[in-house]
Amino acid sequence: MLEIRNLVVKIADEDKQILNGLNLTVSAGEVAAIMGPNGSGKSTLSYVIAGKEDYEVLDGEILLNGENVLEMEADQRAAAGIFLAFQYPLEIPGVATMTFLKAAMNAQRKARGEAELLTPDFIKQVNAAADKLGIARDMLRRPLNVGFSGGEKKRMEILQMALLSPSMCILDETDSGLDIDALRIVAEGVNALRDKNRGFLVITHYQRLLDHIVPDTVHVMSKGRIVKTGGKDLALELEKSGYAAYGEAA
Amino acid sequence: MAIVTPLKTAAEQALVQQFANVKAELPGGNAVRKLREDAFAGFEAKGLPHRRLESWRYTDLRGLLRDAKPLAGQPAITPEIAERLAALKLDGIRLVLVDGAFAAELSTLEGLPEGVTVNALADALVSPREDLTRILSGPGVSADDSGLMLNTALMRDGVMVEIAEGVELETPIAIVSLVSGVEEQAVYSRSVVLFGKGAKGTVVEVSEAAGPKAAQINGALVIETGDETEVQHVRIVTRHAAESVQVQSLLATVGAQARFDSFALVCNSGTVRQQHFVRYAGEHSEVGLRGVSLLGGQEHSDVTLIVDHEVPHGTSRELFKSIIGGEGTGVFQGKVIVRPHAQKTDGGMKSNALLLNDGATMFNKPELEIFADDVVCGHGATVAQIDGEQLFYLMARGLPRPQAEALVLQAFAGEAVEFVADENLRVLIMSEVEAWLGEREAHAVVSAI
Repeated sequence: MLEIRNLVVKIADEDKQILNGLNLTVSAGEVAAIMGPNGSGKSTLSYVIAGKEDYEVLDGEILLNGENVLEMEADQRAAAGIFLAFQYPLEIPGVATMTFLKAAMNAQRKARGEAELLTPDFIKQVNAAADKLGIARDMLRRPLNVGFSGGEKKRMEILQMALLSPSMCILDETDSGLDIDALRIVAEGVNALRDKNRGFLVITHYQRLLDHIVPDTVHVMSKGRIVKTGGKDLALELEKSGYAAYGEAA
Repeated sequence: MAIVTPLKTAAEQALVQQFANVKAELPGGNAVRKLREDAFAGFEAKGLPHRRLESWRYTDLRGLLRDAKPLAGQPAITPEIAERLAALKLDGIRLVLVDGAFAAELSTLEGLPEGVTVNALADALVSPREDLTRILSGPGVSADDSGLMLNTALMRDGVMVEIAEGVELETPIAIVSLVSGVEEQAVYSRSVVLFGKGAKGTVVEVSEAAGPKAAQINGALVIETGDETEVQHVRIVTRHAAESVQVQSLLATVGAQARFDSFALVCNSGTVRQQHFVRYAGEHSEVGLRGVSLLGGQEHSDVTLIVDHEVPHGTSRELFKSIIGGEGTGVFQGKVIVRPHAQKTDGGMKSNALLLNDGATMFNKPELEIFADDVVCGHGATVAQIDGEQLFYLMARGLPRPQAEALVLQAFAGEAVEFVADENLRVLIMSEVEAWLGEREAHAVVSAI
């Protein structure tokens, strides 16, 4: 499903290289976790897959179902099925959450040549998904993410993921800023979306999230590369031993 | 020392000639005639406002007016005017001015609410009303302005609306000022709206052109609000020829324990200078002045405010948003004066501009003149580009760039629009904003192809 080959990336306006020949494959139906210390390039990887412009790809490719997404703008990647749940979801004052959700859903449908959603169907879908995630109706009426708590913002990200029904979901430190109850709700939301046709890339510092979203594979990232790959036990091992050994290895 | 007599420009010379030609015909009794004469003498001494005057620094009217267009004659009620009026989505009382003259036949004068009287300004000017010249003169801080002097000297017509004590208007009163745009011409008009004690209501001013010829427009609106009033003013300036130059003055005097809010939208209108002069006549009043300017091409929008806290316990809030593309120029000059005894004044002024490309320019000049020692006053001015992080977030959800930009810009403008209490008016303003953004988006799509 997602195949990343020898990805070399630097920050566009600086000489600083962040990803140094990264290779990674996520298959359909697989939940892959990436763990790694601060500064290892985890967030950069998620941004580069989603199409953020602040980076320059020097080498390598990112294929989604065989198609090179590096040629695409961020919106085209979204329409192709990539979804990034942001570590820090942006506040957009003045844009009502419902307006935004409808615009996003219809933009993707349009890009895929599907008919626009009728308002009653749209509202039904949003309400059903919101109820599952414990998102109050009044939150949907507020401007997007404005004044939301950390937990509310993360739940809103999962709501968007559920509504947009992407094929490749990237969760960037979705556990950061969450208390244990919010973490459980978010994880349940993600688990409900697990599907044999959908891939997940779960980026996290801590093993804690992976107790709730149990991965099929765990990759260790250090200095812009995947330095070790294993099963879910690798996460437990890391929790005990830390990342120091991998820093050396990289 | 040599005495320097400034050479008059062609436009100034033409204005002198025009005033001499028409002053006998202009409406008004003796007191008004004297007001006009004095104003024109003041104008002659100062000339057209120019860039060496601090208050006109960024809008050089002397340079912009290469000539003085002929004064508007009998209004031409063209089919385009009827079309514009039919297209206006405004409920309530509609008072129509065509080329500055009150057009009773196009206005809705039947069924005026009880306690509301409407007169043509030309008629009001000849009335024996004693307080007329005082009302027309507006706040003292406007007295020096030679753009306004020109309006006082040459004002030809408009409307005078009085809302009696305690009357609460259910629908807005709209003063719709259309220029016919069949010929190039100059239009001088003034309207007056007086709210009696405890009255509540909304006044909408629309300035549009029905035809393509450029106009020189000098309009003024005097609003006096009595004690304990709640008044909203909304101004929409749009659909003018790119070469049009207009000055719109707002002269507001606010009574005690009153609330006065003003919102102004400027788009698709060539060069527009707005000047708001606001005076607090009584204590414990709140004033909010807000606006949005959407500029492209060579358009120019200047918002200059003087808010005069003459009395204690006044609150003022200003919020102006500019979105500037092309080679457009935005100007915000806000001056808040707090007089020595105006203690407990609470003032907050903000101007935020987004520049869409390299050719766009914004001048921000907030000023506080505080002579009292127990006040809270602040100001903030920003000039920025569209937030790339917000844009990426929206695009990552599937919105194509032009649509994502439009959403961010709409939200940016919406932060000022949301203060307009009347929902229908908010919708009307946002529909103008969306139309402007839609055109921009369409251009972006075409250029991408």
